[in-house]
Amino acid sequence: MSAYSITEPSSRSKLVAGVLVVLYAFITLLPLVWIISTGFKSGPDSISYPPKVLFEPSLEGYVNLFTTRTRVGAEEFENLPPPETWYDAIVRNSGMVIAGPSRFGERFLNSVIIGFGSTFLSIFLGTLAAYAFSRFKVPLKDDLLFFILSTRMMPPIAVAIPIFLMYRELGLSDTHLGMILLYTAVNISLAVWLLKGFIDEIPREYEEAALIDGYTRFQAFRKVVLPQAATGIASTAIFCLIFAWNEYAFAVLLTSGTAQTAPPFIPTIIGVGGQDWPAVAAGATIFLLPVMIFTILLRKHLLRGITFGAVRK
Amino acid sequence: MTNPIAAAARATPDPIARRVRGLSDRAIAWLFVAPTIFLLLAINIFPLIWTIRLSFTNYRANRPNEEVEWVGLRNYIRILTDDGIWANMQTTAHFLFWTLFFQVVIGFALAWLINRKFKGNDLLTTLIVLPMMLSPAVVGNFWTFLYQPQIGLVNYVVELVTGTPASSFSMLGPGGYAPWSIIIVDTWMWTPFVMLICLAGLRSIPDYIYEAAEIDRASKWRQFWTITIPMVLPFLMLAVLFRGIENFKMFDMVVLLTGGGPGNETLLASIDLKREAFEKWRTGYSSAYAIILFVTVFGLASIYVKALNKVKER
Repeated sequence: MSAYSITEPSSRSKLVAGVLVVLYAFITLLPLVWIISTGFKSGPDSISYPPKVLFEPSLEGYVNLFTTRTRVGAEEFENLPPPETWYDAIVRNSGMVIAGPSRFGERFLNSVIIGFGSTFLSIFLGTLAAYAFSRFKVPLKDDLLFFILSTRMMPPIAVAIPIFLMYRELGLSDTHLGMILLYTAVNISLAVWLLKGFIDEIPREYEEAALIDGYTRFQAFRKVVLPQAATGIASTAIFCLIFAWNEYAFAVLLTSGTAQTAPPFIPTIIGVGGQDWPAVAAGATIFLLPVMIFTILLRKHLLRGITFGAVRK
Repeated sequence: MTNPIAAAARATPDPIARRVRGLSDRAIAWLFVAPTIFLLLAINIFPLIWTIRLSFTNYRANRPNEEVEWVGLRNYIRILTDDGIWANMQTTAHFLFWTLFFQVVIGFALAWLINRKFKGNDLLTTLIVLPMMLSPAVVGNFWTFLYQPQIGLVNYVVELVTGTPASSFSMLGPGGYAPWSIIIVDTWMWTPFVMLICLAGLRSIPDYIYEAAEIDRASKWRQFWTITIPMVLPFLMLAVLFRGIENFKMFDMVVLLTGGGPGNETLLASIDLKREAFEKWRTGYSSAYAIILFVTVFGLASIYVKALNKVKER
């Protein structure tokens, strides 16, 4: 590379571009910063006007997120023993007592189970299918690939009607297994497309060498192809996980009690007279933060994956 | 890195395995593809066929014991002659057009700026991408807080910048701002997606084309319109295709922001469909509605892909 290139932008244009992008980043991150900071505000601080940028941090939102609280009579309240724990004390400050744990923990756990379950299944099935499409002559290959892709065009509600009826018949309504199968079906089209791209990039010669050495096809797939495709598989897995983690429409229509995930739950957190915003923000923070951290740590693979999926087709 | 060929040689199985080659390639191909196809048939195609069947009946899912009548095309005729549904289609089209417009303009501009390769553009790109990775439902719900009349952050910023008193308007309430409020949130969320695809397009343009243009003394302006834009166009069109399909289906973010209100101002077709199917329980009718929406997306997408292929061939 020469020191001077006519296609290299000038340092002034770099500066202008940098300033504009920083400005955009600031505006676009403001709502996210606001979610995180609202989680640490007290109830009155969260709804004060003008909005408070500096405030005394409080864990009220987090305590309210994980507990249910009741108001007791004034006399009874006076006669209560002193609060035993710091969270008891916080609740007591707002004139209430803790009645029990909230369902947030369960909902979060459901998100974890369904997210990881469907990701594992999508990757397992998707890798097999992608390998077959990449290496073998599958009859009607292009049609099958297009068919797999076109299943993504259906509005979720359109699919939800018969799935709702079907699950009712099969006893899969509101079960983890039902949701895992459903999310797998939605994710697998993207998984097959992305993985096929990654496997296409692995030279066939590797497997052919293994076959000559007496490996069966299956062994060659397991011991030669899989390790080579590991990075691609990992970044595809992250996409599947993020989709399942974020999904709302199916979750709100097909689950109510046992298998409900966090996204339909968080908007239903209410306090006295409407939504309890610090608690909602606390729930949102706990739910969104893993994805944010994931995105920043794994940016190379993720960003490549987004464009890869697009540019391939 | 271990060399897979060497590893393969080391782990060569005993001679018996050499004779028994396991399953034939053909069998493996089917074995590998079958589970995926089966799953898609069971959870995508079978339900679709079921929906088509239901769309010709007056079935109601909340009354499973009632006798189901075959009503022919009545559901379809009703939907296509319903003014309310045409109004929802227009709401959807309005949402689709403006979200795509803003996302393309801002997304391309950002990609073009980031492609100046200033210091720290990697980290900034990642930060800008964050919103699209998050749950639209959870984030959409929180935006109702930002949009609160009187106390919301958005109203405050508007007052700060324009001087319009924060208590004089409501972003999600009556006053006609609601359709724009959902467009703002969608643009906030999905502009990074268009940006990333444009960036991939910009980076695919080889330097020597610009160098040749420099030698021919083409102005920067001319280079932009005759090299940059045509080379990025196929990428941009692809981004529009993806966003278009997604936003036609848009449900979660908007339903939590406005629920279709105020009145029917933000009642997108998919939200209306949800009401018909899961609140009014008109299963047969909403099945026909779903089929009409699906055919619309599929038809528009097919025409669009044809246009896209023409652009690519140029």
